[in-house]
Amino acid sequence: MNIKEEVRNFLSRFVGDKTFEDSDNIFENGLANSLFAMQLVIFIENNFGVTMQNEDLELENFKDVNSIVALIQSKLN
Amino acid sequence: MSRKTIKCVVWDLDNTIWNGILTEDSSVELKEEAITVIKELDNRGILQSISSKNEHVPAMEKLKEFGIDKYFLYPQINWDAKSESIKKIQKSFNFGIDSIAFVDDQQFEREEVSFSIPEVSCIDAANISEILNMEEMKPNYITEDSKQRRQLYMNDIERNSAEESYIGPKEEFLNTLNMKFTIDYAKEEDLKRVEELTVRTHQLNSTGTVYTYDELVELINSDDYDVFVAQLDDKYGEYGKIGISVIEKKQGFWNIKLLLMSCRVMSKGVGAVMLKYIMKSAARENAKLYADFIPTDRNRIMYITYKFAGFKEIMNKNGLVRLEGDLEKSGEYPDYLTVIENIEDTHIYASDF
Repeated sequence: MNIKEEVRNFLSRFVGDKTFEDSDNIFENGLANSLFAMQLVIFIENNFGVTMQNEDLELENFKDVNSIVALIQSKLN
Repeated sequence: MSRKTIKCVVWDLDNTIWNGILTEDSSVELKEEAITVIKELDNRGILQSISSKNEHVPAMEKLKEFGIDKYFLYPQINWDAKSESIKKIQKSFNFGIDSIAFVDDQQFEREEVSFSIPEVSCIDAANISEILNMEEMKPNYITEDSKQRRQLYMNDIERNSAEESYIGPKEEFLNTLNMKFTIDYAKEEDLKRVEELTVRTHQLNSTGTVYTYDELVELINSDDYDVFVAQLDDKYGEYGKIGISVIEKKQGFWNIKLLLMSCRVMSKGVGAVMLKYIMKSAARENAKLYADFIPTDRNRIMYITYKFAGFKEIMNKNGLVRLEGDLEKSGEYPDYLTVIENIEDTHIYASDF
């Protein structure tokens, strides 16, 4: 699985049966459920072996699949 | 201050709560001293569970027969290692592992648990009569919330099973709960609960500050500080008072000295709601909004709550972080709850969307 597929796989566990595009905002109205966000951060760190620094923890970086993939790629380089 | 307090006592059954071994002879006798301790711990707001190697149905039947089954949440009655059972209990409650105590008559069991999870306090059943005198079994205050604590948890269990059987997106499920989030100024009668929350809560605690009762009395009476409490209710019942905020107010700017939410309501997004309320208030009063944050190894989720609500780091020095809130980002409250702001100085709002 590539990065995008792994991320989508993880997210699909939380959005139920709904389909979502790579550019769909997963945190509607900027209302992050912080528990979900925490689980997402931990998933990214454990699965890809990267560390999220304080400055990475911006809603912008997590708002959709594309942003998450871009963030992970930037940490892996 | 980090006085260790026990939040949950896990009991063995055979020769611990009752005399005898159930699988050998069903006419076991309840130990008087055990039931005294169980009732008093319940009164103190300490939750209780079971880890017993037994057949589930007969053991539960026997507890029902004695009229004490109601005291135990998430009972683990099986043939697994007790360390595994205790880990399950810990996960179910979501407490720190060091806030759990385990009572068993068998040294083997106590040692098995200690080997796997050394943070658990293991108590020999021979010492049951000393349990109530142990410092870690004595909470600072017993509040109305502590006496209700078991009932509040049972409400949660009902909610969780309703959620598990719900097919559909989580937001929709939350909608069905008819949640009501009420924000008030803290009054003196709230302060025991507030102190209790500051001692017990670690993950959703922005600075790890523990305020004593006397300190809180000073704060609520001070013109320079506002102390808010948040209460959450839904159709299953009350959650009790689940959040507090201490805000230092100076001319033109506010500083959130403490934001704390009970971990029990972590998945309901209430931290974000409290922050939104504070941001909207600051915006109405034309005040800049800052927040203190002290990162610990357990409160990262609170950091994320701040960041995602629109706060940015403006300073980070010697373990103290200062954040500033972007008041244009305060946004709207989530659809799935009704927020009631009972704050006298400003307008009385009932905001539901």
